[in-house]
Amino acid sequence: MDQLFNRKYIIQGLFIVLALTLLGKLFYIQIASDKYFLDANNNALRKIFVYPARGVILDRNNKVLAQNQPTYDLMVTPNQVKPFDTLSLCNIIGITMEDFRKKFHKAEVQSKYQASVFQKLLSVETYATLQERMYNYKGFYVQKRTIRYYPDSIGGQLLGYIREVNQREIEKHEGYYKPGDYIGKSGLEKQYEADLRGKKGVINMLYNAHNVPQGSYADGKFDSLAIAGDQLTTTIDIDLQKLGEQLLANKLGSIVAIEPATGEVLAFVSSPGYDPNKMVGRETGNNYMKIWSDPYKPFFIRPLKGRYSPGSAFKPLDALIALQDGVVDEFTTINCPGYYIAGNRRFRCDHANGDGNIAVRKSIARSCNVYFYNIFARMMLKKGGKNQHKAYEEWQEKVRKFGIGDTLGIDFPGESAYKLFRAEDYTKRYSKYWGYTTILSVAIGQGEISTTPLQMANIMAIIANRGYYVKPHLVKGVGNNKSIDSKYTEKHYVGVDPIHFEPVIDGMEDAVNTSWGTATESRLSNILMCGKTGTVQNNHGKNHSVFIGFAPRDNPKIAIAVIVENGGYGGAYAAPIASYLTEKYLTDSLKGRKINGSTIEMYKAANLLPVLKDKTPKPKAKIDTLNQADKLKKTLPTQNKVAQNDFNKVATEPKKHATAEQ
Amino acid sequence: MQQQNNRFFFNVDWVTILIYMALCAIGWVNIYAAIYNPDKAEGFSLMAVYGKQLLFIITGLIIGLSILLLDAKFFSIFAPIVYGITMVLLLAVLVVGRNVGGNQAWIPIGSFRLQPSEFAKFGTALLLARYISSFNPKLNTLKPILICIAIVALPMALIMLQPDAGSTLVFLSFMFPLYREGLPGYLLIIFWGMVLLFILNLYLSPATLITAIIILGALFIYNYRKKQQKMIGIGMITILAIGYLFVAKYLFNNVLQPHQRTRIELILGLKTDNRGAGYNVIQSKIAIGAGQVTGRGFLQGTQTKYGYVPEQSTDFIFSTIGEEWGFVGCLVVIGLYIFLLLRIVNIAERQRSVFSRVYGYCIACILFFHVFINIGMTIGIMPVIGIPLPFISYGGSSLWSFTILLFIFLKLDSNRMGFI
Repeated sequence: MDQLFNRKYIIQGLFIVLALTLLGKLFYIQIASDKYFLDANNNALRKIFVYPARGVILDRNNKVLAQNQPTYDLMVTPNQVKPFDTLSLCNIIGITMEDFRKKFHKAEVQSKYQASVFQKLLSVETYATLQERMYNYKGFYVQKRTIRYYPDSIGGQLLGYIREVNQREIEKHEGYYKPGDYIGKSGLEKQYEADLRGKKGVINMLYNAHNVPQGSYADGKFDSLAIAGDQLTTTIDIDLQKLGEQLLANKLGSIVAIEPATGEVLAFVSSPGYDPNKMVGRETGNNYMKIWSDPYKPFFIRPLKGRYSPGSAFKPLDALIALQDGVVDEFTTINCPGYYIAGNRRFRCDHANGDGNIAVRKSIARSCNVYFYNIFARMMLKKGGKNQHKAYEEWQEKVRKFGIGDTLGIDFPGESAYKLFRAEDYTKRYSKYWGYTTILSVAIGQGEISTTPLQMANIMAIIANRGYYVKPHLVKGVGNNKSIDSKYTEKHYVGVDPIHFEPVIDGMEDAVNTSWGTATESRLSNILMCGKTGTVQNNHGKNHSVFIGFAPRDNPKIAIAVIVENGGYGGAYAAPIASYLTEKYLTDSLKGRKINGSTIEMYKAANLLPVLKDKTPKPKAKIDTLNQADKLKKTLPTQNKVAQNDFNKVATEPKKHATAEQ
Repeated sequence: MQQQNNRFFFNVDWVTILIYMALCAIGWVNIYAAIYNPDKAEGFSLMAVYGKQLLFIITGLIIGLSILLLDAKFFSIFAPIVYGITMVLLLAVLVVGRNVGGNQAWIPIGSFRLQPSEFAKFGTALLLARYISSFNPKLNTLKPILICIAIVALPMALIMLQPDAGSTLVFLSFMFPLYREGLPGYLLIIFWGMVLLFILNLYLSPATLITAIIILGALFIYNYRKKQQKMIGIGMITILAIGYLFVAKYLFNNVLQPHQRTRIELILGLKTDNRGAGYNVIQSKIAIGAGQVTGRGFLQGTQTKYGYVPEQSTDFIFSTIGEEWGFVGCLVVIGLYIFLLLRIVNIAERQRSVFSRVYGYCIACILFFHVFINIGMTIGIMPVIGIPLPFISYGGSSLWSFTILLFIFLKLDSNRMGFI
């Protein structure tokens, strides 16, 4: 053989080496790397989600608070659009050619091959017109979905709103939400999102290279149906809620009503509120900004974020602890000369000449500060002067049992917990040199003690129940089988024997139903309502009007807390509002009573919104009454510095008849 | 007559024919899958692509058997005439040809379209074999080399006029048979060196490249500082290499078609383009990658079924094999090809006649060039130059021309005991 024969091997070798190169690369892309496999799925396989209807929200009597209504989105797939009469489409959906170009450009930027929303939320009429001519508009189609509708336009903050998810939420709920999905952002919609949203259905749709659907992957073996969201049965009474919102219109404040035996919240009013329907539909963005920039902060949920010193409303609680402690009994009288001397300090009672010798019942009816200073001093000194810190520590533990100093754990996002001072907190502030005289103002619910309206209402539920409460909650049933978390059925006892409640309740009964009470005008003719007014000083303006109470006295059905900011005396606004609401709830009617000489319509119309001082007003969300107790002055509401608008002049009308108190 | 038939059947290499038939069958199955449309799953139709391909396979077999029945001497004797006819066809296509996809490569004959460039391959192979066997030239001398180059360059030039760069490049594979017959190895090294420089020229700036060449040249000159003759030679090569850089740049920018430039740039990673010319390759790689080890199964490839890979029944048929049959399928196909090619080379070496041997090497190298470039382009390591995968890609012209190429060789081999 010639020597060139060896070149055979070079050529054969070249074949083999290059073939191995091909196999090496094939090994990489087929076996070693997942990238191409995943790309293939991304190419051809797309998940189409079918959105279920969101769960309906009902009131306690199955009346509708929030429901769904159909709406239509016009979708466009830019690469499928053929030239068409753009003007006719613009006319139907009511946009200009300029808008059209912008929207179309936006859709193209988003994706040429995938559908995106061209025009949101078309009305049924527009949809009907459009549907007839749809064949003219290749590449466009209409997608049906549902949006919220609130038939009574009430309970904006209570129900909350839904909006498109943001990136953070998408990451937080690993995998459930996709951009463009909706999620409950506040209120019950947020709290019960997982129940309300239902379950998205999935179709694993195969697409060809021209983005035309080719049917379901594996004949639908991996597809699932959409499951509608669970309905929510709330504890709210729709009529009570509506009346509460009307009564607090044009005022800052809140109302919480609780059914004592169950802890079910009957009314949850935060004013100013907003119409929940404003947070739905095409104008949502604008409305949201408007509400957000409203100086009175309608998004602030006062019932469980509002910070108020309980003031006189704290006194029944104080008395109960003293009775349980045994430092006084129901008959122990204390002389009120009109002032109280602690050490070298003199604390004045609001009643100029003093209340004389009074026991617990009258002290509550008259809201006598001196009585409560006295019993507080006795509680602090019962272990001797040296052990005051220990006595205080024990006392505040008992207060805590009433749900103060922490959240109550309501089924609603964003409940605030305001601090109740422990002995060590005072030690931190005053070092060890403090005694009961230093902190005497907490005896009358001022100073280092703050509560939310929800907590105040809960204290009333405790007194109505004679010694226990069930955690307040807003939902009493999820879905058809009405399941509910067991923590909302447990009774929490506060450690005060039922027998001690009677004298306190007597006092509260007197406060409303006797001529020397502080809320006499608000009494109901055939219902025995027990209550306690409060007038909370406020650095920024007129006093806040507070009323807490329950009714009827025996077998109570409703416990209520009403706070009207800048409303003056407790008897001026808060007590009448509570009275009307109780009447409405217990008799299901309103007899057209006048309270303080004013009709219910006048209360609804009264405007107590503080005058905005400048362009950047501070809403009266947080009320600071610290260290004011010793300087309480009986200031007439009309002499107050702030509220001087015309509305307030009208609004002060009922006050002439209000009984002075505190 | 009886005796001759026996001899005929004993001497034909049946293993090669079996591999050939296996590749045709694999091709047909995958063409069926590539054009399969789940929406229109209709009965068998001869008008469909797979139906036509079946006709091509059957007629191809008939052509192959007819070739086996011809006298072996025929090919050697008529080689210049066959070459001449294919050259005439290449000229004719420039005049009467139909322009498809930018290439004037097709002569319509009724409903059938003939692609002369496919047939030019065996015409050239025959003439090259005839020249070397008849004149027994010394391929390390200039004149025979020039004659060989002329034989190959004529069809290349004509095909380039269509213009069809892919088919033109196929003719480069003729340098390997010539190498086997004595073409000096350094010529191949110089040639591929030039190709390498051409590619580097696109990657690197001229200044860098020129500096590198000068440094390399200086090192060699220093190494041979005792031998003046070599020093001069190396100096000349260095200067030529630098000159070549500029020519290459000019060729690249002014002679190549824009789409060819883009494809070369894409393959070299100088450009990324997911929608234009790079789209085919990306989709093809995705399809092949999706096959993983054992593939998605016949008619189960979503990339294939839903038409993501363009030209999938012709140039990109390998992506169907990759997706539906996986790495195992690819291994089988490449294995069959390599087995076929090595066998052809072995058969070529056992020939007594130089004509048969040269011809055998020619077809082995042509087939290999197609296989390597075609599969290479579907997995993104070769530029997309649009040449079919032998026996597997859809298309009558290419199937017939490869069949003719192969069966002529089988006929020559069956006659190896005789004299041509």
